[in-house]
Amino acid sequence: MAQDREFGFATRAVHAGAIPDPVTGARATPIHQTTSFVFDSAEHAASLFNLQTFGNVYSRISNPTVAVLEERVASLEGGRAALACATGMAAQMTALLAILKAGDHIVASSTLYGGTVGQLGVGFSRLGIETTFVDPADPDNFRKAIRPTTRAIYGETLGNPRVNVFDIEPVAKIAHEHGLPLVIDNTVASPYLCNPFDFGADIVVHSATKYLGGHGTTMAGVVVESGKFDWGSALSRDKFPEMLEPSQAYHGVKFYETFGDFGYTMKARMEVNRTFGGSLSPLNAWLILQGIETLHLRMQAHCRNALAVAQFLADHPLVSWVNYPGLSSSSDHELARKQFRAIDGTPGCSGILTFGIKAPDPARAGERFIDACEFASHLANIGDAKTLVIHPASTTHRQLDEAQLEKAGVSADMIRLSVGIEERDDILWDVDQALRKAVS
Amino acid sequence: MSSISQLRRILGTCRTIAVVGLSPQWHRPSFFAAKYMQAHGYRIVPVNPMAQEILGERCFPSVTAAAQALRDQGATIDMVDCFRRGEDIPPIAQEAIAIGAKCLWLQLGVINEAAAAQARAAGLEVVMDRCVKIEHARLFGGLNWAGVNTRVISSRRPQQLPY
Repeated sequence: MAQDREFGFATRAVHAGAIPDPVTGARATPIHQTTSFVFDSAEHAASLFNLQTFGNVYSRISNPTVAVLEERVASLEGGRAALACATGMAAQMTALLAILKAGDHIVASSTLYGGTVGQLGVGFSRLGIETTFVDPADPDNFRKAIRPTTRAIYGETLGNPRVNVFDIEPVAKIAHEHGLPLVIDNTVASPYLCNPFDFGADIVVHSATKYLGGHGTTMAGVVVESGKFDWGSALSRDKFPEMLEPSQAYHGVKFYETFGDFGYTMKARMEVNRTFGGSLSPLNAWLILQGIETLHLRMQAHCRNALAVAQFLADHPLVSWVNYPGLSSSSDHELARKQFRAIDGTPGCSGILTFGIKAPDPARAGERFIDACEFASHLANIGDAKTLVIHPASTTHRQLDEAQLEKAGVSADMIRLSVGIEERDDILWDVDQALRKAVS
Repeated sequence: MSSISQLRRILGTCRTIAVVGLSPQWHRPSFFAAKYMQAHGYRIVPVNPMAQEILGERCFPSVTAAAQALRDQGATIDMVDCFRRGEDIPPIAQEAIAIGAKCLWLQLGVINEAAAAQARAAGLEVVMDRCVKIEHARLFGGLNWAGVNTRVISSRRPQQLPY
């Protein structure tokens, strides 16, 4: 029996999800900036509303331009299906609300993006969904925190901003021993450096705003499923009855039975995006797609530049510490080697790194460093083609209390760099001159 | 593992489908799949001893009875599409072979290696653990709109509209 060719990452980054438009022959993906789609007949309309046929009804539910982005990211992650959302935060929310309700519980890594700590720790808590945050350094911490009401385990491939590497495989095993899915935010690594499904993750979320879009222009998020989690297994079936039982919203359709290995994505689309409206605009989807076509090239540049900056800082007399798993001295280096694609023979660890300045008041020196940067941009974002710089304790992680900051690994003197794809020597120049000004 | 080209060939040439285990209840997966295929130009022949008529088509108690009735009309069954448990497949596979069907298709979660081997040895194409609606939508348009990874990489302009 003939096998289909397995196309490589770069080819799929350019092509997956996009075939020429049947009507016009347009090669580039058209921007279907339409809210609604006509039905051929009353019968056709009924079929669509019953989910008996695939088609487009209303862009809050699905849109052909957004669908190209969904298939593109599903392909690059090695997943079965994906759902695009308005932002990364919306993607996280959608991924979790597809399977959680009031009274349920999440076990999450403590080293997360500040916004996520807020969403899980405060936002969801108000809705009756509790989260326990644990130190991901020891996978057993996840096991210890699991309760009978736990319904998901959550982590980030590369923590923000501690840049710690999440050991996906053992945590996935622990999750599966309890019939639970492991949800991994793969934003910082991007699918080019890591496919969490390869290590046992079940659901991946992305802020496409970051490396996927790559240019700091467009907000978007994506939820991807592996298609391999058995919602009906003996361990899981009692925990996820809404996946198996007749849907209240869809007159008796059982999502897992009807749609099989993309049933979770269908449920997330029809019962969360459609109901809560965190949907992505067609134009935004198109802009992210433009970025994704060069994801592999940009990630190579980000990794090479970041490693050069990290090595430069590690050797710099004015720097007290540097944190980057790409450095062979990092305690996470071997785990990075296991999980991340190699670039120039060393694990590609993305563009984020953190450091502290050697000074009597390192926090103040950090602020002066940021003010002195010539072309590194001071703003709250990561994963732009441009080099970015920020002081997390006073900005992105400002809403965390002291205990949470410590658990997240955010120190008062920490400066976070999102190294861009400018000339390596120019980036090193800007960092060096800003360091000298910071302590003078 | 069925390749894209094999699935395109099967779905392109098997236009009359006997749906074994087709449920008359509208929200059941078998009804979904049969209704979708019917809407996309396929002739559906229901096989279910518990019903007389489904989707406007006469329902037969067995594949053999259905093939006999169609033969009287000068028509043949191309595909035997099974919504039954894996262990119930062997006699159905035998019937598919006996009536000269081109393809034995076993739906999601339906797997029987022995029956599949026999059907292949008799010259039938066999597809297992796949939904005929999902594969049609995947290759001929529609499934990508649900965000599914169709694994299709192509620069050819489709010659038929998805709907």
